[in-house]
Amino acid sequence: MDSLWTGTIWPLAVIVFYILLIAVPLMVAMAYLTYAERKIIGAMQLRQGPMTVGPYGLLQPIADGVKLFFKETVIPTGANKIVFVMAPMVTFILALVGWAVIPFGAGIVLADINVGILYLLAISSLGVYGIIMAGWASNSRYAFLGALRSSAQMISYEIAIGLIIISVLITAGSLNLSEIVMAQDGLWYIIPHFPMFMIFMVAILAETNRHPFDLPEDESTLVTGYNVEYSSMTFALFFLGEYMNMILMSAIAVILFLGGWLPPLNIFPLTLIPGPIWFILKVCFVLFCFIWARATLPRYRYDQLMRLGWKILLPFSLLWVVLTSGFLVYFDMLPR
Amino acid sequence: MNEVDLRSFTVNFGPQHPAAHGVLRLVLEMDGEVVERADPHIGLLHRGTEKLIEYRPYLQNIPYFDRLDYCSMLCQEHAYVLAVEKLLAVDVPERALYIRVLMDEMTRILNHLLNIATMALDCGAMTPLLWMFEEREKLMTFYERVSGARMHANYYRFGGVNRDLPAGFAEDVLAWCDQFEPLFADMDRLLSDNRIFKQRTVDIGVVSAEDALNLGFSGPMLRASGVAWDLRKAEPYAAYERLDFDIPVGKNGDCWDRYLVRVLEIGESLKLMRQAIREMPKGPVRTDDKKMTPPPRAEMKRSMEALIHHFKLYTEGVHVPAGEVYAAVESGKGEFAVYLVADGTNRPYRCKIRSPGYVHLQALDEMCKGHQLADVVAVIGSMDIVFGEIDR
Repeated sequence: MDSLWTGTIWPLAVIVFYILLIAVPLMVAMAYLTYAERKIIGAMQLRQGPMTVGPYGLLQPIADGVKLFFKETVIPTGANKIVFVMAPMVTFILALVGWAVIPFGAGIVLADINVGILYLLAISSLGVYGIIMAGWASNSRYAFLGALRSSAQMISYEIAIGLIIISVLITAGSLNLSEIVMAQDGLWYIIPHFPMFMIFMVAILAETNRHPFDLPEDESTLVTGYNVEYSSMTFALFFLGEYMNMILMSAIAVILFLGGWLPPLNIFPLTLIPGPIWFILKVCFVLFCFIWARATLPRYRYDQLMRLGWKILLPFSLLWVVLTSGFLVYFDMLPR
Repeated sequence: MNEVDLRSFTVNFGPQHPAAHGVLRLVLEMDGEVVERADPHIGLLHRGTEKLIEYRPYLQNIPYFDRLDYCSMLCQEHAYVLAVEKLLAVDVPERALYIRVLMDEMTRILNHLLNIATMALDCGAMTPLLWMFEEREKLMTFYERVSGARMHANYYRFGGVNRDLPAGFAEDVLAWCDQFEPLFADMDRLLSDNRIFKQRTVDIGVVSAEDALNLGFSGPMLRASGVAWDLRKAEPYAAYERLDFDIPVGKNGDCWDRYLVRVLEIGESLKLMRQAIREMPKGPVRTDDKKMTPPPRAEMKRSMEALIHHFKLYTEGVHVPAGEVYAAVESGKGEFAVYLVADGTNRPYRCKIRSPGYVHLQALDEMCKGHQLADVVAVIGSMDIVFGEIDR
């Protein structure tokens, strides 16, 4: 019995504890991301945003959550019930599991695996299946069109993301996220790879279905696209998934380009602030850019997004891979 | 190979759709995302306005015109008032003509702001909507100050306007114009210089000048196709003859041109508002003719004649001599006209309303064919349709 306790249950309990330690703050962060979004967009549009629930509307996300929780889950008659219910779960779970490999600080990571970046790439690509399943299972015209768009455009920006990551990997010489961050000590990759950072920002907007690429849920054309038939918690899971994905993608951007948990300069007052705080601040900055884009830009048409992905982002990031590797080989700067 | 029976994908676009601009029901037959046929269905907001008008004295019909296109209220009143004035052969005081120009142009700005902002929203940009609605609120305050109502003003009368502009009105309008210009320039920069907005609108829903004329287009829709036709120039009414303004004309007749024409027209409207205020003469705002204008309260206490006029006006209303008349104005959306048949009684025998939106909507199929679903939204946005006037 003793070995069962020390061998299985205790390690399991520790892992569950760690998962909760990541997931719970993440949920809170996600809830307040919606609040931040409404406040920031409100400020950009000369209005106040939520103000009634709690001081400055601070309890608004909780009220929203409670409302969604207590609503009835409507499953349309024509829907394929199993797939219909599974789709939001897929989206939500995939958005959550990506966090396993994200390092919040030096050594603060749940699973420090060697191929962390590949794992993230795989997880984030799977996210689209939730949307396709939802669109198909809803048996609704608008949802179906949303799913069609999603599946059509999926590859166009993910190839670009892959190539951008390759440029970073060549420079860092590792697939492990913590090592990628450590390789940026002194010089964040946003400086040598600035064009790639911009393309990465565009691509993650598309990856998370955010404005100006929120075509699967194009409000003004498809009403809300793939999730039009969803209500209550099933809808909430999609919503949570989308925002969690935003945070996840911002975290990846921070790890790849903005030096993860490292302070901007290795000088005295800046090094006092602990790594996770820097990490969070940087993630907040990237998230702000997400919201900024939403308040400013009109929406692309989906064929235009595909054109952008295939004809601009892809060739350019491919060229950058060649340039980077050529540069590194020529000057003999390849990481050991 | 067996023969496969292909069934196109039919989407019911509206009447409850965020981009349907009211109660447009559009049945779209699609091949994937490409629209093969767009079939607009109308009538969901039909209120029988034209028939109702036949049962009311002339004066009581003015409010119906506010409620047709609820974005260009006073322009429509203007058309009706013009028609009745033509039949009555009444002279409108100079000052009233300038007030009408001022209020018409204010209405045009109200209309174009709504259209530009909602078109941007349809294309996915939501900030212009919120910025411009604040300005619309301020304009509606001016409406309220002259008439007491924020939207359905009921301000124009046969032979003038209901009452003079309140004190300080002109200065406040000028101040509004000054603060509006930079704000509007900001919004314009947000959209006009935006690559995505251009991609969404350029070469979408192209209508050639010839087609536009054949389809009966008017207003910004026609001008965007390159036909310089504006009733304010072509058949001037009110004080437009004496004012200096330009007509922006488009080139390609696509959504982008229609958008630009409206943006430029707002600039012209501002110019006109300033001119109208500057050149507005002093004097009465309503004709003296006691057959049309109720006597002042004080006079009724002294003059038997005034009392009789008052009694006749408020029991029977205006008697209009028999005849037929067509009066058109350039409303924000295009040529808004009233065809009035009078039979000498105090009520119109028939009142036919020509609403520009109705004519524009019929071109929807032609404009959307072969475009994508997302373009349909842009085209509807650029058409500037309001169902109050289409269904009447």
